[in-house]
Amino acid sequence: MNARNIVKRSVVIAALGAAVSMAVPAMAAPNEQYFPLIGWRTGPLTPLGVNVAAGYIDYMDLLNKRDGGINGVKLAWEECETAYKVDRGVECYQRLKGNGPTGASTFNPINTGVVYALLDRTATDKIPIVTIGSGRTDTTDGSVFPYVFPLGTNYLSTNTVKIKFIGAQEGGMDKLKGKKIVNLHMDSAGGKETIPLLDAQAKKYGFEIIHVPVAMPGSDQQAAWLEIRRIKPDWVILREWGVAPAVALKTAEKTGFPINRIVGVPFAGTEDDLVPAGESAKGFYVVHPYPTGINYPVIDEIKKYVYGGGNKGNLQDLTRMGLTYYNMGVTYGIINTEAVRVAQKKFGNKPLTGEQIQWGLENLNLDEKRLKELGVTGLLQPIRSSCKDHEGGGAAKVFQWNGTALVPVTDWIQGDKSLTRPLIEESAAKYAKEKGITPRDCSKAS
Amino acid sequence: MLYREAGQYKIAYATDQQIFPILQDRAAFAALMILAFAIVPVVGTEYWFNGLLIPVLILSLATLGLNILTGFAGQVSLGSAGFMGVGAFAAYNFMLRVDGMPVLGAFVLAGGCASVIGVLFGLSCHRIKDFYLIVATLGSQFFIEWALTKFGWLTDYSPSGVITAQKMVILGVSFDTPVRRYLLVLAVVVIMALAAKNMMRGAFGRNCMAVRDMDVAAGVIGINVFRTKLLAFGISAFYCGVAGALWAYAYVGTVEPQAFDLDRSLQILFMAIIGGLGSIMGSFLGAAFVMLTPIVMNIVGTALFGHAIDAGIVANVEHIIYGVLIIWLLIVEPHGLVRLWQIGKEKLRLWPFPH
Repeated sequence: MNARNIVKRSVVIAALGAAVSMAVPAMAAPNEQYFPLIGWRTGPLTPLGVNVAAGYIDYMDLLNKRDGGINGVKLAWEECETAYKVDRGVECYQRLKGNGPTGASTFNPINTGVVYALLDRTATDKIPIVTIGSGRTDTTDGSVFPYVFPLGTNYLSTNTVKIKFIGAQEGGMDKLKGKKIVNLHMDSAGGKETIPLLDAQAKKYGFEIIHVPVAMPGSDQQAAWLEIRRIKPDWVILREWGVAPAVALKTAEKTGFPINRIVGVPFAGTEDDLVPAGESAKGFYVVHPYPTGINYPVIDEIKKYVYGGGNKGNLQDLTRMGLTYYNMGVTYGIINTEAVRVAQKKFGNKPLTGEQIQWGLENLNLDEKRLKELGVTGLLQPIRSSCKDHEGGGAAKVFQWNGTALVPVTDWIQGDKSLTRPLIEESAAKYAKEKGITPRDCSKAS
Repeated sequence: MLYREAGQYKIAYATDQQIFPILQDRAAFAALMILAFAIVPVVGTEYWFNGLLIPVLILSLATLGLNILTGFAGQVSLGSAGFMGVGAFAAYNFMLRVDGMPVLGAFVLAGGCASVIGVLFGLSCHRIKDFYLIVATLGSQFFIEWALTKFGWLTDYSPSGVITAQKMVILGVSFDTPVRRYLLVLAVVVIMALAAKNMMRGAFGRNCMAVRDMDVAAGVIGINVFRTKLLAFGISAFYCGVAGALWAYAYVGTVEPQAFDLDRSLQILFMAIIGGLGSIMGSFLGAAFVMLTPIVMNIVGTALFGHAIDAGIVANVEHIIYGVLIIWLLIVEPHGLVRLWQIGKEKLRLWPFPH
């Protein structure tokens, strides 16, 4: 090897080294509240990653452009690509957590695997993670998980909403007695999560529950639907995601199962799942804590301030505005920034640390009046969180697919906390015991 | 000029048989060890440990395991992540169900469990090879993932199907800071890599290579082919199992069976191929390359174009460059990164006066 090559090589190595050291870069201006966004814009789940990020960023952009930030504190954000991989997510977390004048405000990983990996770190680093519509259900118990916030509606609550809706369709919860319900679920850890709850509900209301697993990723469900045809259930709960829901609905149509007797979980029934299924999905019910639609004042404001006057927002394809994922992203923006607002009341109108925002997240009170001020009545449910309850809401609406769009068929249905809470506390207590955590005394929390 | 072995005479069998026969190599290796054990823990930041070094080291160990099986014994396997999963869940259960179980003991037993499962699935190598064996190992991958989800006992009936790693306390020292976890992982990896190096230099390694190059010929010269293959399966799974346990205990903390899916298996196989099949060092180079290149590109990409171009385009371009880089690398050097290293060393012997 000649000298020139060695020089060349050392230049490359030095460049790589410099690149890595840039990992801790970019001094933000002092009066900024910094939000890291660890998401993804590549891979099979791109629609979810791209549109949630767009809704989230557009909402923060709206606050900056319309109000000049929150009480004079500008919002700043930075994205980090995780490619929906756990190790990349952890790397992004480590890379971004110290940025900004006061460090990261919150993290919003939509990837459950990343949430698991961050559970320990977030408590040590005192940075809250907000897991709206994803994550680990037992983190609802804030006494064990002070820094994790599954705000809105967790998996178990949406599940009780489903049973309530089915009860209402049958003409009352007492009419559920003797009915047969199939829980068609993905055969994965997340897919099996609601089984104990459904068993408890079956006992309480006297219906029969049959759990039918579908192997991941669920691209062939012939066997499962033939079994369902044999069982002849009154209702089917579709706990599937990814490519599976469209396959399920098409197979259901082929086997002659009535589509309007199928109720899906939120991730089974976004526009991205239902458009491919097209006509065969007509009549399908979905439970959504994050309603679709553009007829909300906040969306108008985003259009006016963020996209108005030839400006460009974060969304490339404007037809996606108002679809489930985008609205979910707007919800992310509202909840995160409202937590900052609440925390500012206590700690002053300046950039806050993660620890201070944790207090804000724990003392959120988004009542109807506040939701109206924000222009999100109907888009976001009232949320009131506490040290004990990091979910805060627990309601969802039921939508029906009409072939081209999701149409709301109910108002907010409140989940049944008397059923979900014991399961959550039991699981959280087990985690605390394994990890040697002493749960906080929530009666003393300020 | 600097890298020359002239004047270094071997006057005893021991000097002839050592791992690094050349003084400069020994010095470089010692320097590397001092760097890794003494300097990096002092100067490194939490980002280095938690974000980069720990996962690279753990995946290096898994790649090393696969390299023993694929690189040395010639049996291609797509089940590495499954064996990692066995290791992680076995370590959890040993810690949970045996009172006073030492962490390192649990890791060794976890490796043992993975090893047993590896041998069980490896039995098929008695009758089948090449593509058919790949499919059999693919079966093990799916079977393990399915079993970890199916049998609640394995996750202590956790409703979400995840396990939470218990605290790591060794001899009264709690391994709860990033530096300590890094040192623990590093120590385990170094010891196991040393063991692998020696195994592969010894009779077993030679048997493996003979089987890899032509199993009929190996049988003819008196090597028990079936036994060698099975041992390779067992040892490989042991390494993967320990890597899985470390992944759960020293890296993520809470882990679901889906963390050890086929993607991970393929990633480990790529690491072995890109690093260099049949090389201990290649395992480390491959793991570092596959893990770190996308991250470095992401950092550079965001620093250069972060606010000018849509983040989605930057992310996709990174994928394209990464893919092109791998294809280019395998075209110029099909034997992997380790071969580049060897060529570099050979040239360095003549430097600065090449012929």
